[in-house]
Amino acid sequence: MAVMSITRAEVAHLARLSRLALTDAELDHFAGQLDQIIGAVARVQEVAAEGIPPMTHAVPVVNVLRDDVVAGCLTPEQALSGAPATEQGRFRVPRILAED
Amino acid sequence: MTDLAQLVPYGEALSRYEPVIGLETHVELGTATKMFCGCPTTFGLEPNSAVCPVCLGLPGSLPVANRAAIEFTIRIGLALNCSIASWCRFARKNYFYPDMPKDFQISQYDEPLCTDGWLDVEVDGRAFRVGIERVHLEEDTGKSLHMGGATGRIHGADYSLVDYNRAGIPLVEVVTKPVAGTGVLAPEAARAYVTELRDLLRCLGVSDVRMEEGSLRCDVNTSLAPRDAADWGTRTETKNVNSLRSVERAVRFEIARQAAVLDAGQKVVQETRHFHEDSGSTTGGRSKEEAQDYRYFPEPDLVPVAPARDWVEQIRASLPELPAARRARLQADWGLSGAEMTHLSNAGAVDLVSATVEAGASPAEARKWWLGELARRANESGAELSQLAITPAHVARVSVMVRAGTLNDQLARQVLEGVLAGEGDPDAVAEARGLAIVSDEGALAEAVDAAIAANPDVAAKVRDGKTAAAGALVGAVMKATRGRADAARARELILERLS
Ligand SMILES: [Zn+2]
Repeated sequence: MAVMSITRAEVAHLARLSRLALTDAELDHFAGQLDQIIGAVARVQEVAAEGIPPMTHAVPVVNVLRDDVVAGCLTPEQALSGAPATEQGRFRVPRILAED
Repeated sequence: MTDLAQLVPYGEALSRYEPVIGLETHVELGTATKMFCGCPTTFGLEPNSAVCPVCLGLPGSLPVANRAAIEFTIRIGLALNCSIASWCRFARKNYFYPDMPKDFQISQYDEPLCTDGWLDVEVDGRAFRVGIERVHLEEDTGKSLHMGGATGRIHGADYSLVDYNRAGIPLVEVVTKPVAGTGVLAPEAARAYVTELRDLLRCLGVSDVRMEEGSLRCDVNTSLAPRDAADWGTRTETKNVNSLRSVERAVRFEIARQAAVLDAGQKVVQETRHFHEDSGSTTGGRSKEEAQDYRYFPEPDLVPVAPARDWVEQIRASLPELPAARRARLQADWGLSGAEMTHLSNAGAVDLVSATVEAGASPAEARKWWLGELARRANESGAELSQLAITPAHVARVSVMVRAGTLNDQLARQVLEGVLAGEGDPDAVAEARGLAIVSDEGALAEAVDAAIAANPDVAAKVRDGKTAAAGALVGAVMKATRGRADAARARELILERLS
């Protein structure tokens, strides 16, 4: 197999940014899979020759905008109904930063 | 943590080092609805009552951009002399932090809506042109309460409570180019820039720009380099500096702190720092946690924005007279010097004086009351002039009453005091407190005679030609009438009787 286009260390870094706790075995597994995916996507670059403008969206549409008019909201009860924990009408979330 | 004792005195730091500043200002737009959904932007609602599947990031929901927010951003860009992109995209800024329920924020990255403009500011009679790097549009985040721990701050908190009413409110970020050459005036220049930007945004009608409610927030970048150095120094970014005074203090502190670091032969660390309102100091952030990889990519749920050129020109044509042009016009109309106009502007009194003049006062009268008695009272209570419980129409009415001779300055001050105390409009206060110049000639004559009779020694001096002594008799008349006499007329009557 050719040189990996994504390293195991990069996958570990991405996992940390995504707050995913991966085991060593999973890291090996996903690094291989991601490498294949990146390889497949990279083939697009072979097609993207000069003169072909980069495509940014599946549909060639711009300026889909809405008027500044208030529409219905959820009630606080509805908004919080799927939350694992609530307090004082707010979403209760675990500690954000670890202690110094 | 910086030891405060190790700061280099500001003046000394500036004798050896040259500062460069930069400002990133976030402004919540005053649209009726959020950036990508129809939830209202009203401040102070019950927590999580202005949320919907889009701004909660629920699966399957799709954002649609608010036309008014795009228009407001173009307005800001044009007023800041920027170029408006003919085509640009939103970008997804990924980060894990519960203030955005989607785990990303929709922002603009390498394709801002507005680029490359400028804003002129004036400090101590010197003009500085602050370059504008970019103006881009993004969405605000939710608000967290940090629970447990001793300080209510994020560090040491056991858990947090999040309200997403603010999440998704359109937020414009205005980023300056590095501002060099301000020298010792760097703190004042930073403050003058934010003040001018605030006035501009208010004038454009795109935001209520209330710093105390967080609708205008600043990050302040500061770097320092030896005076003879070819390159600029390493910059720090002080986050969430949320009052005009704090902007100035944050720059001043960073200059003193960085000078101490450089004096010690150390390097300034490029980092995010936090400003502390109570001490006016900054402390280092945790670059490990905050230097994140945001993995920006074009937002796939939104199509590009391509403002039509004729729309942009329409917006340009609809811009109001901007604050700088307005100040120049009013300065000429009112016959003021540059310094007088700057004083008025720094006191936040331009609009108030202008409205007072429109309501019937002369420019001199309006300036006299707003910069004198009312500025003194605002200062005493720590309020802005515009927060006083008095309107330009009230001040104009008082001016007219003084001009008509029904009030003198001393009585006028009492009327203003009554208005500020909520006793009603100037006429009601004057009536209720019995504040009017005694115009009844008979009553005034009685008071004059009584004053002469009670002060025979003084009266004798005046008779002997020492007319300066009449002042004491005028004083006695004013005292007897509780300030309601026309002092000039009283003096005439005294001199008539003692001649
Ligand atoms: Zn919403």
